Amino acid sequence: MIPVIALIAGVVLGVILDPTVPVALQPYLPIAVVAALDAVFGGVRAKLDGKFDDKQFVVSFISNVLVAGLIVWLGDQLGVGGQLSTGVVVVLGVRIFGNVAAIRRHLFRA
Amino acid sequence: MTEPHRPGDEPTRPVPATPEGGGDDGTPGAEDETTWRDGIAQPPAAAPPAAPEDEDAPDDAADDAADDAAEDADAAEEEPTAEDEEATTRLTVGPPEPPPARGKTRPGKVSATGVVIAVLVGLLGFALVVQVRGTSTDATLASARQDDLVRILSDLDSNEDRLRKEISDLDKLKRDLTAGSESQEAAKQAAEKRADELGILAGTLPAKGTGLVVHFNPGSGTIRGAQLLDAVEELRNSGAEAMQISGSDGHKVRIIVSTYFVDDGNGVRVDGARLTGPYTITVIGDAGTMKTALNIPGGVVATVGGDGGNVIVEEPGTVTVDAMAATPALQYAQPVS
Repeated sequence: MIPVIALIAGVVLGVILDPTVPVALQPYLPIAVVAALDAVFGGVRAKLDGKFDDKQFVVSFISNVLVAGLIVWLGDQLGVGGQLSTGVVVVLGVRIFGNVAAIRRHLFRA
Repeated sequence: MTEPHRPGDEPTRPVPATPEGGGDDGTPGAEDETTWRDGIAQPPAAAPPAAPEDEDAPDDAADDAADDAAEDADAAEEEPTAEDEEATTRLTVGPPEPPPARGKTRPGKVSATGVVIAVLVGLLGFALVVQVRGTSTDATLASARQDDLVRILSDLDSNEDRLRKEISDLDKLKRDLTAGSESQEAAKQAAEKRADELGILAGTLPAKGTGLVVHFNPGSGTIRGAQLLDAVEELRNSGAEAMQISGSDGHKVRIIVSTYFVDDGNGVRVDGARLTGPYTITVIGDAGTMKTALNIPGGVVATVGGDGGNVIVEEPGTVTVDAMAATPALQYAQPVS
């Protein structure tokens, strides 16, 4: 319940403040958002599985974001930033799909 | 394992280093207890959902495989890492809930991890909105990658070069046209001036200027055409620029290069027009020179005087030659160039 409220609060805050993304962060923010989404969906799925661990969620959330950002940064250094960020998005997208499929099975039994 | 330790005595409990927890990452003390508890509690919690899942959807084999892989990774991660301050917080709050592996706090109470989770999820929502807004507002440049920006920049550079070249070309063209129109204007004025001069010389334009009015009175004799021609030649030699001759009836004839004088009875036919004396020649030119030329010994004045007539030379200052010769219509000659 509290995370949902926090999510809404974050969205509202973002809408109200409407900040500009710093230039240095611009390539990484979308990847970080996708990675965090993956962690959140994983957390929801674990919750439904009855094995949600809040510490693990925190660690996986932060490490997901950091690793995704690191990969993209590394890609930029190597000159393949665009391809690597596409790869990261694909992998995270596959994981999100898997998590959502598990959530769906829990909620709808189908 | 967990049961013998009551939460109340956890903080003050002396720390026996258990080999299993302490060896993992070197964290000593109270956390080891939790590690043990989680380690024991979790396998039964993790096992049941995995089994029905696989039976539920055999068709989603690939899906499940990915799920299981992720799940396994998560589970593997879960067991050794569930420790640190979160465990102590949980312990200080009170005895664990019936399903101890869930890591739940009592209702109404918020654990530190709960706060961290809320902050993280709120951050996610915030970042999501910021990213979506940033993408929707300036999708073109701000979110473009470095390669794309470099390409766009070089495109703009080449475009700018092209436009600058175009500007300089057009400037040059404008300068040329301006200079051309100026020189054309000057040429036109020069041509008009020349045309005027040629018109005066050809007798197609009226003219005025300093000059003489010369009266030829027949007196007792007659004025012959040869004498008039002599006078005209003399005036031309002394610099006359425009001339006309008129007879007693006032008819004026412009004297040009092709003008002829033919005796016709007691008159003279000049360019087809018959004039009778006395004649008057109006001439534009240097008055002093022409007057001297007419008066030289054996000249026009003397010849006419010898035939019984007389010549009167007037010098009225400005004279007007307004008789016009017909414009010649050239039939064969074409301008060269």
